[in-house]
Amino acid sequence: MRKRSWGFVVGGLLVALLLAGVVSNLASSHPDGLDSSLREGCTVDAEGEISGGSCPAQRETEHEVGGPLADYGVAGVDNDLLSTGLSGVVGVLLTFALAGGVFWLVRRRGPEAGDSADQGSTPPGDTADRRGTPAGTAS
Amino acid sequence: MEALAMHISNGIIDGPVAAVFAAFALAAMTICVLRGRRDLDDRLAPMAGLVAAFIFAVQMLNFPIFTAGVSGHLLGGALAAMLVGPWVGALCVAVVLIVQALVFGDGGVAMLGLNITNMAVLGTAAAYLLIALLLRVLPRTPAGLGVTAFVSALVSVVVAAMGFVVQYRLGGTTDLGGNLTGLAGTMAGVHLLIGIGEGLITATTVVTVAKVRPDLVYALRGLRRPAHAPAPAVEAVGGVR
Repeated sequence: MRKRSWGFVVGGLLVALLLAGVVSNLASSHPDGLDSSLREGCTVDAEGEISGGSCPAQRETEHEVGGPLADYGVAGVDNDLLSTGLSGVVGVLLTFALAGGVFWLVRRRGPEAGDSADQGSTPPGDTADRRGTPAGTAS
Repeated sequence: MEALAMHISNGIIDGPVAAVFAAFALAAMTICVLRGRRDLDDRLAPMAGLVAAFIFAVQMLNFPIFTAGVSGHLLGGALAAMLVGPWVGALCVAVVLIVQALVFGDGGVAMLGLNITNMAVLGTAAAYLLIALLLRVLPRTPAGLGVTAFVSALVSVVVAAMGFVVQYRLGGTTDLGGNLTGLAGTMAGVHLLIGIGEGLITATTVVTVAKVRPDLVYALRGLRRPAHAPAPAVEAVGGVR
């Protein structure tokens, strides 16, 4: 992999860290589409807790793991901004490490595949019927 | 503060149905690894790691939709499919969901198969089918790319939401009196609005990456073959498909 691509990855990672570490504090705290749909039929109090009525969300049970980062906060950190931001930073780095690590381990190790020339060319004959096959519409 | 839960929580779908979808998700992810391996080279692997990390970050950014008291957030299937292809893309979304379930208490671990099926499998598949279609009929311009990203992202969100409705029909823990129309209607309506947000985020991101590094946009690779010869610089490589 050429240096320039690593530069792009590092730059992208910085953007992700900024989004998860800082911008995440501006996120809406309203329930999302799924959650709110499951709350239809129930009333909620000012805290956002279900206070009455009948809805699918009432059947919700405890999470198996929980953990110190549950609900996108860091247990023990009282400052909301810091708690959310830190959990976001950890999440981005963890996701990058896990995904990048797994992808790196299972990657195809052909002769210079994807690294020759410039535009990510692959060895001839090795590429036919590959791109876009899930759509079944290739050529 | 309201606890942030974005994905299916424990207790919402019954155990047996969740287990069936866990098996389905596992099979689908295995296929994605086998097929995705062919795409994963030294260059795509770190890029795919970045895409997963980026999706994690943007999923945290719940945005308001024009319905009082409801927010939406990125699912990421279309974004991943555009940037790293459908197979690796589905894996990216799945990794995000696994991290969220195991580390952030978001989405039950027992519900992981349901969440992966909806967002990683259905969302990405729907998006990629549309991407493959639209990139052939729309002009090969930034606008064409943006419209492709927007539409495929919007549709993928609604498809993922409908996946949940089907799962709820099979194993929902609350008896809705055999009438799913209410839930289906609410889910569809809300996710249509969320899909607009997903579309805007996806289009902005993909067009930006295409401007900086067009060679890193998977969906554009297929367009390099000499067809109508619109973009000489890119066409010169050719033969990818």
